[in-house]
Amino acid sequence: MSSDTETLERFAGEEYKWGFVTDIEADTVPPGLDEDVIRQISSKKGEPQFMLDWRLKAYRRWLDMKEPHWAFVNYPPIDYQAVSYYSAPKKKPELASLDEVDPKLLETYEKLGIPLEEQKRLAGVAVDAVFDSVSVATTYREELAKHGIIFCSFSEAVQEHPELIQKYLGSVVPHTDNFFAALNSAVFTDGSFVYIPKGVRCPLELSTYFRINAQNTGQFERTLIIADEGSYVSYLEGCTAPMRDENQLHAAVVELIALEDAQIKYSTIQNWYPGDEQGKGGIYNFVTKRGLCAGARSKISWTQVETGSSITWKYPSCILKGDNSVGEFYSVALTNRRQQADTGTKMIHIGKNTTSTIVSKGISAGEGQNSYRGLVKIMKSADGARNFSQCDSMLMGDRCGAHTFPYIEVKNPTAKVEHEATTSKIGEDQIFYCNQRGISTEDAVSMIVHGFCKEVFKELPMEFAIEARQLLAISLEGSVG
Amino acid sequence: MSLLEIRNLQARIDGVEGKDILRGLDLTINKGEVHAIMGPNGSGKSTLSYILGGREGYEITGGEVQYEGKDLLEMDPEERAREGVFLAFQYPVELPGVNGTYFLRTALNAVREHRGEKPIEVRDFSKLIREKAELLDLDPSLLNRAVNEGFSGGEKKRNEILQMAILEPKLAILDETDSGLDIDALQIVAEGVNRLKSEQNAVLLITHYQRLLNYIVPDFVHVLVQGRIVKSGGKELALELEEKGYQWVRDHAEAQAAA
Repeated sequence: MSSDTETLERFAGEEYKWGFVTDIEADTVPPGLDEDVIRQISSKKGEPQFMLDWRLKAYRRWLDMKEPHWAFVNYPPIDYQAVSYYSAPKKKPELASLDEVDPKLLETYEKLGIPLEEQKRLAGVAVDAVFDSVSVATTYREELAKHGIIFCSFSEAVQEHPELIQKYLGSVVPHTDNFFAALNSAVFTDGSFVYIPKGVRCPLELSTYFRINAQNTGQFERTLIIADEGSYVSYLEGCTAPMRDENQLHAAVVELIALEDAQIKYSTIQNWYPGDEQGKGGIYNFVTKRGLCAGARSKISWTQVETGSSITWKYPSCILKGDNSVGEFYSVALTNRRQQADTGTKMIHIGKNTTSTIVSKGISAGEGQNSYRGLVKIMKSADGARNFSQCDSMLMGDRCGAHTFPYIEVKNPTAKVEHEATTSKIGEDQIFYCNQRGISTEDAVSMIVHGFCKEVFKELPMEFAIEARQLLAISLEGSVG
Repeated sequence: MSLLEIRNLQARIDGVEGKDILRGLDLTINKGEVHAIMGPNGSGKSTLSYILGGREGYEITGGEVQYEGKDLLEMDPEERAREGVFLAFQYPVELPGVNGTYFLRTALNAVREHRGEKPIEVRDFSKLIREKAELLDLDPSLLNRAVNEGFSGGEKKRNEILQMAILEPKLAILDETDSGLDIDALQIVAEGVNRLKSEQNAVLLITHYQRLLNYIVPDFVHVLVQGRIVKSGGKELALELEEKGYQWVRDHAEAQAAA
């Protein structure tokens, strides 16, 4: 036990590799939030009137809302007036060509291992990169355009495809949805926009890489993905941030819309800075993600690997409106040191014969607190709806915690809902068995944890699965018992 | 130099004062030899195998163990394994979701690295598995599954033997490998051990019953009673024991102690 704990401690002590800061001139609005700041953001972005109106509506609503405190997390009050709501690299990048992007930015993304440059096209991933508040580059646009696919920054979409934005923005997560979603609606600065036309299978994995760099800024991005009838898209999202002593706020909103027979696969590797061993610093990740299976036989699949952030408050959900539509949620959430995660999903069954699958793997180490919170709701109209949920928790050491809060509401007697939950510890006998075959304790721990997460990792695209595996090993350096 | 030399070994469970499980055990094993340790329940058989494997939770209160002239008890379990000590578990542990091939390749590469060799290529490893599985008449598809997860008792034991074949230990300790096996599985496992036996390695069989010794013929049989070897002999000792029961050696041991 003692030697395993030590190994875990060493594991946990591993430094956060992505904690560097890029020295780049930024155009940052002073901290504080009022209608003027929102007007300023909107005008900096040259937005049409409908966007400003929407923002102000959200802001006024937000003023009347209270920060939610039902999650099983603990943090000091956030001063929303101390946050800067807009920061952009000063040399406004021309999106037409990568050559015009500040080389320092490119260097940063290179450090992060993102294949931004066109020459790296073999990697086969189209990338949109959001640095602080602004999207700096989107690769592969021409190739995607051949298929009629739109993949651009949210700001561009507002300019170039206002009809799509007006139609879908807030259609899944309305500005009134919750405190953080309302705040995001008021102040969001950029994000990604994807539209896949009817019958098109997107030939590339689309990817957005989020990076918080500037100090005292919040990041509020917004992602909107629309998969038209019979289309398919796989979308990846990655995130990192520098190591800073103070906490930084990240309140994003992601909306997915799948029309008839369309499929969206959304994968996240969340690796925001988790804070140090004493729990100092780190990102507050308060995110609203929701998908609408609007059409019959549509499918939305969320896969997330959450290893970073000091606090995670996140419930990627599916509204299964179309008949025979399918919702999936696969999650690995790891909390180490003093990290806290309250994460899970909501599956709302409205259409007939809708099915949902939830597989959640929580790993707690150090003094981490890990909660699964999930709602399965079968509405009256959802004849023949089915859900299967599996929530497994793994504990490492004796100072961490795992919690499960499942909510099940069934209003239709033909529904079938199954819930399975397990809690396990990495056994000393498992470690000894590996040791006795010559395998070191570090490798044994990482192997056993990976085995535990396997069902989720197999849902990730290949390169992401490898990254996830490595990330997990690093994040764990310091945690089983 | 002997491969393994145990001298006056005394040990107890950590924190259990005054109650040694091993109470002065002596045993010498040379390369090319097969030894069997037999004994009634609670005599210390499994404790001995765990202590040799390096499991935590035991306190050595006296004596020493030399392995190839080195202090075995000073080594971490993984170091012992890399030096060629293999313990086939009485109850092989399940590792849910951990692929058997990946597990075994990691193990083999740890051993190879320790010997200053390069990691084995994936292709060569597949070939090695096929060869060994064929030699032992085992189904290599065991390794496509998660390690021991959902295996029957027989499959678990066969998997241990397959791992042993790949890792090629110098000292193989088989802890009650016969328990829970039907006669067919027992034959396959025993036959595997016989085929792996050579002048370069040694086998220590730990068993409750004589049955296994019909298939793996030992050079030496030792009877363990109350943490001590009270009688040693050739393979015929096992038969005698089977006939007369453990009470016979207990009486024998008491007579010895009295004298």
